[in-house]
Amino acid sequence: MTKEDTQQVVLDIIADVAPDEDLTNVKPDVRLRDQLELDSMDFLDIVMELRKRHNIEVPEADYPQLASLDSCAEYLTPKFEALGK
Amino acid sequence: MASGFYSTMSFEAPRIVITGIGLTAPNGNSLAEYRQNLLDGVSGVQPFEVRYMGKSLAGVCDFDPLKYQKRKEVRVGTRAGSISIYCAREAVAHSGIDWENQARDRVGVYVGTTEHGNVETENEIYAISKFDYDTKYWSHYHNPRTVANNPAGEVSLNLGITGPAYAIGAACAAGNLGLIHATQMLRLGEVDFALCGGVSESIHTFGIFAGFKSQGALASHADPTKASRPFDRDRNGIVVSEGGALYTLERLEDAQRRGATIYGEIAGYRVNSDASDYVLPNPTRQAECVRQALKSAGMTPSDIHIVNTHATATPQGDIQECGALRDVFGQNCPDTHINNTKSFIGHAMGAAGALELAGNLPSFEDLTVHPTINVDNLDPQCDIPGLVLNTPVKAKKVDTILNNSFGMLGINSTLIVKRFTA
Repeated sequence: MTKEDTQQVVLDIIADVAPDEDLTNVKPDVRLRDQLELDSMDFLDIVMELRKRHNIEVPEADYPQLASLDSCAEYLTPKFEALGK
Repeated sequence: MASGFYSTMSFEAPRIVITGIGLTAPNGNSLAEYRQNLLDGVSGVQPFEVRYMGKSLAGVCDFDPLKYQKRKEVRVGTRAGSISIYCAREAVAHSGIDWENQARDRVGVYVGTTEHGNVETENEIYAISKFDYDTKYWSHYHNPRTVANNPAGEVSLNLGITGPAYAIGAACAAGNLGLIHATQMLRLGEVDFALCGGVSESIHTFGIFAGFKSQGALASHADPTKASRPFDRDRNGIVVSEGGALYTLERLEDAQRRGATIYGEIAGYRVNSDASDYVLPNPTRQAECVRQALKSAGMTPSDIHIVNTHATATPQGDIQECGALRDVFGQNCPDTHINNTKSFIGHAMGAAGALELAGNLPSFEDLTVHPTINVDNLDPQCDIPGLVLNTPVKAKKVDTILNNSFGMLGINSTLIVKRFTA
């Protein structure tokens, strides 16, 4: 699984969590909350969907790792690989 | 005019008037559409799939939630919230109030509900059943979705209302209670503008269907549009429905100051309790409730021109209510017409009282009384004077509407609305 794949996984989740948002030009190096209307409950949704769809756990202490698409890719890609994906 | 608290006071209670109506019913998403279908005999009952139970019947609404909500709001919120927001926005628009300049901290939201939270809880349990009931998959939205004030709270969020916003839990009397409570709050000066009535999302919980089925009180019929048949000899129970109706209420002087159209005036009301059974109604207490509402309005039974019944098409409940109405209106009420709106839309639970009143309010203008449909063979025990069956009738006059709504645990409510005359 590439980092680009991981970013797409996160974007797919955000598309469901924040269905009013335009995701065509999300900048990977900019904090998601600085370019999209996402609140803390939405981030909990992202964590929940990672758990439900991909069996990936994100401990609360690691929530800051989900700040941007780049940081998501850095943090989540090894977790996907550990699951053999 | 004076009622309750004010009847013991030396001053006159402020007059409270209806200035706007927003609704969604199984057979209409505006008052005009709904009313026309009530006059044309159009039912809103249809086949409906219920989780775990399969095919059933229900009154289903088809309003567009996205008219007033973002998709995310719909996803995060509840069906009751969406119904409430739709009704509230429609009511505000119908009232013609200058909403942008309305002081939002002086607006109250009082939403009657039969129950709230069953839908959302059932959904979550179903969702975690796919994960071996591991509760770490339980949604963090569960609590804000299931708090009792959810429908009113979603209205406050959507409309930026910072005054009091809460739900009134009163089983199937709740729609009337929303209006009654708003009347009280306006008279107390707690708010200047009230959004009030009732809503129901009940068709999305299998529990209410299964509960009525176990009770032997869930309607069935080969033709869904004929399933809800109060007063008919072959009635066999309740059709569960969703929907909502919220009104804007104001003190008369405020409404007149802004030149509002006035659709009716709250004339009187009463809420009482059977204190006799969890489920079975009590016609003695129902009759007391009606009589005490009449007293609060300063009226006698013959002053009432339309009685909108609560009757839900259960074999026993209809007979009990007809007994109560025969007791009050059985004699010397030549101008009293009696009808039932559930025969068209099923039982909209917390919305029932508010929706059924709305269906009759246009009678002040068109002097037409909508019928009770689906009465092929009138049950002799429901045969009371004044019943309007199957086709609308023209009335000599319609100056008053008495709206009954009763609920489990023995809560009764009667609300009387009269034609506004300055």
